Amino acid sequence: MTRKGRRLLVISCAAGVLFIAAGLVLFALNDTIVFFRSPSEIAAEGTRPGTRLRLGGLVKDGSVLHTDGTHVRFVVTDGGADMGVTYVGLLPDLFREGQGVIAEGVLAPDGSFTADSVLAKHDETYMPKEVADALKKQGVWKEGEGMP
Amino acid sequence: MNPEIGHYALVLSLAVALLMTVIPFWGARTGDAALMKVGSTLALVLAGFTGLSFATLVVAYVQSDFSVLNVVENSHSAKPLLYRITGTWGNHEGSMLLWVLVLAIFAALVALFGANLPARLKANVLAVQGSVATAFLLFILFTSNPFARVIPPPAEGQDLNPILQDIGLAIHPPLLYLGYVGFSITFAFAVAALIEGRIDAAWARWVRPWALTAWAFLTLGIAMGSYWAYYELGWGGWWFWDPVENASLMPWFAGTALIHSAVVMEKRDALKVWTVLLAILAFSLSLLGTFLVRSGVLTSVHTFATDPSRGVFILAILVFFIGGSLTLYALRAPMLRQGGIFAPVSREGALVLNNLLLTAASAAVLVGTLYPLALEAYNGAKITVGPPYFNLTVGALMLPVAFAMPFGPLLAWKRGDLAGAAQRLMAAFGAAIVIAALAAYAQGGGPVLAPFGMGLAAFVVIGALAEVIERAGFGRVPRATAFARLRGLPRSVFGGALAHAGVGVCLFGIIAETSWNAERIAGVKVGGSFEVGGYELTLDRLEPRNGPNYRDLVGVFTVRRGGVDMGTIESAKRLFTARNMPTTESGIRTMWFSQLYVSLGDELPGGGVGVRAYWKPFVTLIWIGSVIMALGGALSLTDRRLRVGAPKPAKKPKAKADGASPVPAE
Repeated sequence: MTRKGRRLLVISCAAGVLFIAAGLVLFALNDTIVFFRSPSEIAAEGTRPGTRLRLGGLVKDGSVLHTDGTHVRFVVTDGGADMGVTYVGLLPDLFREGQGVIAEGVLAPDGSFTADSVLAKHDETYMPKEVADALKKQGVWKEGEGMP
Repeated sequence: MNPEIGHYALVLSLAVALLMTVIPFWGARTGDAALMKVGSTLALVLAGFTGLSFATLVVAYVQSDFSVLNVVENSHSAKPLLYRITGTWGNHEGSMLLWVLVLAIFAALVALFGANLPARLKANVLAVQGSVATAFLLFILFTSNPFARVIPPPAEGQDLNPILQDIGLAIHPPLLYLGYVGFSITFAFAVAALIEGRIDAAWARWVRPWALTAWAFLTLGIAMGSYWAYYELGWGGWWFWDPVENASLMPWFAGTALIHSAVVMEKRDALKVWTVLLAILAFSLSLLGTFLVRSGVLTSVHTFATDPSRGVFILAILVFFIGGSLTLYALRAPMLRQGGIFAPVSREGALVLNNLLLTAASAAVLVGTLYPLALEAYNGAKITVGPPYFNLTVGALMLPVAFAMPFGPLLAWKRGDLAGAAQRLMAAFGAAIVIAALAAYAQGGGPVLAPFGMGLAAFVVIGALAEVIERAGFGRVPRATAFARLRGLPRSVFGGALAHAGVGVCLFGIIAETSWNAERIAGVKVGGSFEVGGYELTLDRLEPRNGPNYRDLVGVFTVRRGGVDMGTIESAKRLFTARNMPTTESGIRTMWFSQLYVSLGDELPGGGVGVRAYWKPFVTLIWIGSVIMALGGALSLTDRRLRVGAPKPAKKPKAKADGASPVPAE
């Protein structure tokens, strides 16, 4: 094989690998991204049941109910709308009533939300950015004020 | 010590860094040997001043000097000494200071150990390193001064984030920074070579030890960070595809590609343009990681503070260095002569494949990490790219890497014999099939991919040894000769084989843990039991305990298997009183390579406590494998050929075209 031919072969192999990699990235992105929604957005948009979502807002005061050792029910609110969440598992260390939370899971046909993971903030001054934005949108929390 | 001394030392560091940027560079331009030599002195002075500044901050922390704002915000007088020291870099300002200190140390190491470098190259390398130091010192002094005072000083500090009050903070960030910032040296070498417009195999030989050092530290840093998250967060996971983890993984992929392509460049004088690009990319991705972590555009455990001016400043640094180096690259790269042609099936070809797949993986992680930011900027949609994306893309790209890994070292340079290599891997292949069959038998009807993956991992480990056996000539020459040859093999051969074996070990751990782990969530009352992974755990008692700055609620569990008592596991819920913040102190019991992992949840109404327990088979192999990889890198570093700047074999006269040959003094 000539020098030029060899180089061409190497380059075309490389292009092939990169093409496959790019295809893989696009395919995976298309299939695996999860949208963030606040309770008001879900109420307004009429999101279809079965959709995978990240639900964010504040844990409504007095709404947390431990039904038994590991089943928990609570309500996520953004001031505009409420959404009931059921979750099986241990809640994170910083999960508290009145504080920001993100629950990832699936919208059930009865309008409730079944979470398979619940994230709270990492320390007492940090609010998940998506939650902060959602709360600002509902006018519950304005920039410059303290944490609601 | 007076904090003002630290601040002043930092200002002096900036002045020295500026001089270090200008003087050696000017010397290299004008060919003034004296000016070029000044660079080394300045690098040592810079390390001295930043070291003094850092030491001052450490002392302020140790003495709980609450007149320093940074100490007030991140320390507490009741904190144990170790965490008062590590708290120094457990915050934005202190960690940036550590970043610059590591940068200065690396520059000083070049000054000390770069005796065999050509004066001009060394001067330019130090100048580039000086410019990076200048940028980050400006950043610290203008936006993140760790020595700011607070008047009047409060009586007590606000304590360090409890998650960070752990031995992990003493180990993970320094190791990670040694890796991240270590790539600044390869970056400096690349830019220096581009400034000179000349690059040859000797360059690759000088760069390799630095790239290997940075890579080994980065490997350890990532592995230790993973283990820390595993036991501290209490979720039982060891990798979350958190943006910050991704930020460290991207330079790791690029660095791994770099240490491989530099071999091709050194041995065969090929892939020059590509190797230089990788050297630039590895550090650019480190800078990007610093930006993602420190700017607060992405929220995570590592984001200490969100101050927009900092984000903009780091972004400016990022644009300057990445943009500048890539522009220089675009201008100068076409001037670099290409050498060494090779067939697609050859050692070079295998290394090109490795490079392609690794950089593609790095790009896939980059896309997944930045896509949410880009989409939000574009149409305001808030999305997350989660583990499924990364598992799919990185997994699919790493499988061929693992499969090709044993073949590479068995192929000859220039033109390899794939069938011959396959033949020599028959034993490894057979062993892999046996392991896969055993795994399939052991799991009964589990995931199909598990036995396949374990077979692949075994193939990688045994295949790595095959190279050493092959090169010693076992089976072809008398045994005594083979042993003699084995002793004579360069250390880098052993280092490479060890690192490859480490990849296999790590892979085995990942596959075994993900496919065979068992999880159990239960509400347990005192005296109650539950079962996980064939082990029976009984909650004996719940007892409160007091620590120096926290209160524990400890659950003591007795572990039994088949009725046999195997000891106890203690798991705690810890409340840090200064911040009124709870953390989970998971209880872990290691049995061979597997672990039983228990974390405690909230106390339940009606008595008892929520418990999450995991059985994690072979999980420790993930970190053991990573440590083996790093050890392989360290072993390669001790190779005499890397320490001595020997000129390459006199196959063809080098650098004849441009006169002043950079042959190192020997």
